[in-house]
Amino acid sequence: METAELTQEELFQQRIDADQRIEPKDWMPEAYRKTLIRQISQHAHSEIVGMLPEGNWITRAPSLKRKSILLAKVQDEAGHGLYLYSAAETLGASRDQMLADLHAGKAKYSSIFNYPTLSWADIGCVGWLVDGAAILNQVPLCRTSYGPYARAMVRVCKEESFHQRQGFEIMQTLCEGAPEQKAMAQEALNRWWWPTLMMFGPKDDESPNTARSMQWRIKRFTNDELRQKFVDMMVPQAEFLGLTVPDAKAKWNETKKGYDFGDVNWEEFWQVVNGNGLCNHDRLQARVDAWEEGAWVREAALAHAKKRAARV
Amino acid sequence: MQATADASALSTYSPEVRQLLFNYVLQLADTSLLLGHRLSEWCGHGPILEQDLAMANIALDLLGETRSLYQYAAALEGRHRSEDDLAFLRVATDYRNPLLVEQPNGDFAHTVVRQFLFDNFHYHFLQQLQASPDQHLAAIAEKSVKEAAYHLKWSAEWVVRLGDGTEESRQRIEKAISKLWRYAAELMMPTPTEQALQKLGLVPDYIALQPSVDAYLAQVFAEATLLIPQNVPPQLGGKQGRHSEHLGYILAELQYMQRTYPGMKW
Amino acid sequence: MDQKEWPLWEVFIRSKQGLDHKHVGSLHAADAAMAIQNARDVYTRRMEGVSIWVVESRHIHASNPDDAAAFFDPANDKVYRHPTFYEVPDSIKHM
Repeated sequence: METAELTQEELFQQRIDADQRIEPKDWMPEAYRKTLIRQISQHAHSEIVGMLPEGNWITRAPSLKRKSILLAKVQDEAGHGLYLYSAAETLGASRDQMLADLHAGKAKYSSIFNYPTLSWADIGCVGWLVDGAAILNQVPLCRTSYGPYARAMVRVCKEESFHQRQGFEIMQTLCEGAPEQKAMAQEALNRWWWPTLMMFGPKDDESPNTARSMQWRIKRFTNDELRQKFVDMMVPQAEFLGLTVPDAKAKWNETKKGYDFGDVNWEEFWQVVNGNGLCNHDRLQARVDAWEEGAWVREAALAHAKKRAARV
Repeated sequence: MQATADASALSTYSPEVRQLLFNYVLQLADTSLLLGHRLSEWCGHGPILEQDLAMANIALDLLGETRSLYQYAAALEGRHRSEDDLAFLRVATDYRNPLLVEQPNGDFAHTVVRQFLFDNFHYHFLQQLQASPDQHLAAIAEKSVKEAAYHLKWSAEWVVRLGDGTEESRQRIEKAISKLWRYAAELMMPTPTEQALQKLGLVPDYIALQPSVDAYLAQVFAEATLLIPQNVPPQLGGKQGRHSEHLGYILAELQYMQRTYPGMKW
Repeated sequence: MDQKEWPLWEVFIRSKQGLDHKHVGSLHAADAAMAIQNARDVYTRRMEGVSIWVVESRHIHASNPDDAAAFFDPANDKVYRHPTFYEVPDSIKHM
């Protein structure tokens, strides 16, 4: 066997390089497992914390149709969180532990959800921009090296495609509506544009783990690559809607065949990441409350199942 | 949506019957709307992800039923009001839902008990409504009864789990039962509108439903080792527009957009 | 901790009559009846299924990846098990 002298780690990397999937019981470097658990659980946390800003508008949705769509969408986020927690559980993490880390403030989730949803147009922006950004991140993850994660992402992406469309449709309806509606749409875009650009994470030269994650194919594009793609995609869509992105520097650059754009306020980014966004406290508290107030329900179901099993 | 009523079928009704039916369908629509609304408040706050999804599914079913019913009500009325006009642009005293469905979520036990009392009625009611000579109501019932069967399974199983779970869950569900029981009777206490339509044979007679509703409730409570409250004076009025204070707050949220931005498309 | 967490279940869904049940993911549930309902609510929101199986994850026994070579490589050289191994004269139809 020619591979006899290769270490387990080298064999592992060979499989990754050959685009073979890694499955739960396969040998993997401990750092790969840990990085994946962190990345997948963060992603799962983002889904369930992300339910809150949108859930905020379910009871105020302006029509029965919009109410149904929004409820179905927010429910999907719960499903996505669930698929992702399940994927992380195949790596030996328990959902209870992951949630405990979230509740203790030890685990991160996407900072975008620490911004408030203040008008109905925010629901449009969350679908159109935030989900649009999420999809750019997620589509490449359907080919990520860890099998259960990739399969979860396939399911997520399939369901996610309606999310962005419903967001765009909300924006379009507003932009074609009364002046107040158009103003509502522009005002929301002004607030969401920059935070959405932050969703892709720090600049490449300040993102220490990127290289290794790319090598392991648990990340397939760099933060800056994705951010550029996003701007290239969204500026024309905003123009189509008759809206203006709040960045005077956003201009087509013929040489690079992409848009130039201004600098993200990284000071704000780190402030929010470190817990000082407007909604950080409320979001986390809402999750903790739901979990703690649900404790007796979960215990009761388990106790009943035990009683029933004992009776058979 | 399949209940987009064609005018020819409706024209067979006298104006009086049409008015009665309009009120009746509105009552059913308001009921599903309010309960769906309450359940949707749980979204993102459930005791575990799996149950968050379950409650949202039930809420979505109820909202779907709501829309079919409002569309039919709008057709019966024939004044070009839309489903949204009916759902969002009436005053509190015009809503005709029974008091039960506007009660707050409370803890999970309250939500489960409210849901079970309603589902047990709703499922048995829809079973009968399928046989209504009114083809639109029959069609809506035929679709919704399958959903209601699932809702009832969900809520009945939770009644059993909470009743026969831990000491705490038992105390909580007993408290919820004692709080919500007073609103249960209204579900099957016919209003003059309901009586008139029952007499015409257009809608199910509650007297015929009572035995199966009671029997199933007794069966579930027995399995849950819970006692059925006796001699509780019922609270009535919602179906005739006399509501609890809770409804006003629900409408403040529900109607916020439509009232703030009148006449706009969303 | 373990005592408090609802057990993990694996979910298998038949997407339509005539097809096998296929593994779609997992979820937590306190008992089998709840697991089936949760599976319905989680994994069939878009008409993905007509039948559901659930099995508690701890009851699944899996082959060991370390044995993969011993288990699966020996099938590699049994090409004669595949119809394409055999040459059929062009004039013979339907074989």
